[in-house]
Amino acid sequence: MIAGCATRRGRGSLLLRLGKTALGANAWLIFAFLYIPILVLIVFSFNDSRSVAHWTGFSMDWYLRLFSNEPLLRAARNSLVIAGVSTLAATAMGTLTALGMDRYPFRLRSSFDAILYLPIVIPEIVMGISLLLFFNLAFFPLLQALLHFRMTLGVPTITVGHIAFNIPFVYVIVRARLVGFDRTLEQAAQDLGANEWRTFWRITFPLLLPGILGGALMAFTLSLDDFLVTAFTAGTASPTMPLYIYSLVRRGVTPEINALSTVLLAASMGLVVISLVLQRRR
Amino acid sequence: MSVRTERRSRGPLIVLPAALWLILFFTLPLLIVVAISLVERGRAGGVKLPLVFTLEYYQRLVDPLYLGIFWSSIRIGLIVTGACVLVGYPMALFISRVAPGRRNAVLLLVMIPFWTNFLVRTYAMKLLLSAEGVVNNLLVGARLVDAPLNLLFNNFAVILGLVYGYLPFAVLPMYTSIEKFDLTLVEAAADLGANLRRAFLRIMLPLTAPGIVASVILVFVPVVGAFITPDIMGGGKVEMIGTLINRQFGVARNWPFGSAMSLALMAMVVVGVVYYLRTSQEGERPL
Amino acid sequence: MSDYAVELIGVSKSFPTSKGEQIAAVDRISLSIKHGEFFSLLGPSGCGKTTTLRMIAGFELPTEGEIRILGESMGETPPYQRRVNIVFQNYALFPHMTVYGNVAFGLEMDKIPSPEIRERVTEALRLVRLPGMEDRRPKQLSGGQQQRVALARALVKRPAVLLLDEPLGALDLKLRKEMQLELKHIQAEVGITFIYVTHDQEEALTMSDRIAVMSEGQVLQLGTAAEIYESPLSRFVADFIGETNFLDGELETVRDGLATVLVDGTLRLSAGSAASDLRRGQPIILTVRPEKISLHSRQLDGAVAGQIEELVYIGTDTRYQVRVSEGSRLVVRVQNSGSADQAGFRQGDRVYLTWDPAVARILVR
Repeated sequence: MIAGCATRRGRGSLLLRLGKTALGANAWLIFAFLYIPILVLIVFSFNDSRSVAHWTGFSMDWYLRLFSNEPLLRAARNSLVIAGVSTLAATAMGTLTALGMDRYPFRLRSSFDAILYLPIVIPEIVMGISLLLFFNLAFFPLLQALLHFRMTLGVPTITVGHIAFNIPFVYVIVRARLVGFDRTLEQAAQDLGANEWRTFWRITFPLLLPGILGGALMAFTLSLDDFLVTAFTAGTASPTMPLYIYSLVRRGVTPEINALSTVLLAASMGLVVISLVLQRRR
Repeated sequence: MSVRTERRSRGPLIVLPAALWLILFFTLPLLIVVAISLVERGRAGGVKLPLVFTLEYYQRLVDPLYLGIFWSSIRIGLIVTGACVLVGYPMALFISRVAPGRRNAVLLLVMIPFWTNFLVRTYAMKLLLSAEGVVNNLLVGARLVDAPLNLLFNNFAVILGLVYGYLPFAVLPMYTSIEKFDLTLVEAAADLGANLRRAFLRIMLPLTAPGIVASVILVFVPVVGAFITPDIMGGGKVEMIGTLINRQFGVARNWPFGSAMSLALMAMVVVGVVYYLRTSQEGERPL
Repeated sequence: MSDYAVELIGVSKSFPTSKGEQIAAVDRISLSIKHGEFFSLLGPSGCGKTTTLRMIAGFELPTEGEIRILGESMGETPPYQRRVNIVFQNYALFPHMTVYGNVAFGLEMDKIPSPEIRERVTEALRLVRLPGMEDRRPKQLSGGQQQRVALARALVKRPAVLLLDEPLGALDLKLRKEMQLELKHIQAEVGITFIYVTHDQEEALTMSDRIAVMSEGQVLQLGTAAEIYESPLSRFVADFIGETNFLDGELETVRDGLATVLVDGTLRLSAGSAASDLRRGQPIILTVRPEKISLHSRQLDGAVAGQIEELVYIGTDTRYQVRVSEGSRLVVRVQNSGSADQAGFRQGDRVYLTWDPAVARILVR
């Protein structure tokens, strides 16, 4: 009986140890899987030949070429403008909506809530083609008929689309922050003599700020990365960074793309660091 | 009038900008998609004027050719989702058991791909597998093969690319669930006579199920409608719903058919998600 | 200036339920609270005491009736224009500000010049015995310290009335007792009217000049601690405040303010009468506090005989449960004034119970 117990316990801990080892092995294999392609990409961006598999020597040439590549720089500028504007607009609207939905009951509130979540759930390509059809078959003709103004797809239409898919993400993030919000803090401020306006700026806003910034960061990243909605609302004249990369990637693999990708990777790392700093401040 | 009642009547106005924006640039466009899917196509894209009502494009959806593509997209979606959850759950468990001091660093390793440009990461995978890429280079160099293998432009490459792309999305929600899970519950189950397998199946799995559900949705929805990965990793040889829809708006110039297909995809995803949420919640109830 | 700090005149507050009905949280209460008074609203949770306090603060508006502060009708005056301040149950300290920022907040809102703010904040922190804590964040403070900051933050505004919503509820017992005395001390020092909401009867008895006992939105009894404890007017009040014995019976006679009550058809007991309009044969409840009953080992004149069923030693006292008739038991508390082995009675002992008829109350059933 006692012996039986002992072996059983022994087996249990052995299993546990095996399990632990397996967990660790699995995790490090996954990290290898996630990072080896990226590391290879970075390494060969410094190669001094066109090969992306044979190391022939160190060179920064591919990076230098990026800075004299006029279409690329234009695409980068487009991306930053679109991301900046859509982040500002979506953050303002998403935050106001989160506050409104959290605090004021009104008719149609639950149906509006559904509309707010739908853009997150439906496939991005559907949103892309719906905007394409909307602009080409409804918005532009209407503009032409009413104001005799000819408009085509371009940076403004991309921005409009990006704002539309960013609002829900900002909304969800700020709303989550509001769930844990202690309303008695606002009551305390009012009790101490602050009117609604000052209560909002002195109490509500500073406490929501990490959530708002988190939402803004998410919106900025989503906008910079977006391919599908952008592809359908861009037209031909004004590619963004992802559209430009896509056109290169379709043609094949070159160290130039590696260098460009490495720059973007570094930028994303910067954003991760910013988001971590924000989280720490919470 | 009091401050309070005044606030109540004016408050909802702050949702108005977003509401108008989404109605104008999200809901209305979707309605236009519905309308376009019901009229005949124009010769050079667009629609035929004056509009002619037709159900032709919905009838074409059930053509075995297109049904086959729908089915293979769903199959790829299920395989990728399954792989992400099966590999991601132990990964999430591992992270949750790392000592708190180092946990954030490990978590960061998952977060970085999450924040990295999707196109860049897909390109990185293509780079690795391409004919002149590192894998083929090693294989040829080690004389394991005579000529570079065709690793790209097949189902395997697409599935690998999708798993690579969406695995970080699967890990994070499961990690959040597992981190909140109280491990002493497993000890309590063991104390009550459950072995490890049963303690996991009866206690840990049901209690961390919300994270798994979120992961499944977060992976399955974008994968079924994916375009970038099948396009880049499949190189035109692997057809999925996303590439098919894209073609209707590109070379095929058949906007109404593309619209009908998009609506079918959307309906499938929304119905699928709602159904999945229902059944997974029912599954949790008796526990 | 009015005679009273706060007056409530026929104040009601009802909330809509999910079914669309109205439920009254506060039901036509009227109270007049004097200047400098320590006034408690005491009752179980859901009795309407917190709603009453929130109406005085201005977070809720009464559906009916009027609230006056310093004689001035509040109407729909918003909280930030009322000369009252509140200490919340969860303290509601602003987490993104230091202790100094929290205490100074209310003065900044009043646009007080900053040298004066500095002076008054220092003074307030001294008053609550937290000097030198200015730069700490609320999270770095213990529960008791947070409580003091909340108190300083409200007092620094020199309100006409300080409202306290179960401010000691989150503290452990020892700290509570300390803070009870300290609150009382601070109140004496600043001379501000305190309105104190609590469900803890002992706390209310310890600190209050007057207590309003509330139940289901109404004030059941209003009086000093002694009045409420010694002369409860209803079964609810007698039961809620301290421990007591209830015996159901009928009134036999009333003579010279002394009533004779028949309990269980056999037991004749006497009690100081509560009301004059009692009739013979009327069903009543006789109530007597456990500590007012004495136990004797031999028969005395007018004593009630019984048998000890159960006894519990609780340190300062011993608590006996005595069976006095088929259906009636009385709880008796006897102070353990002697040494342990002197503790007189054992289980099963036959004992005789006496009490001063004046301390036994009669309540109408």
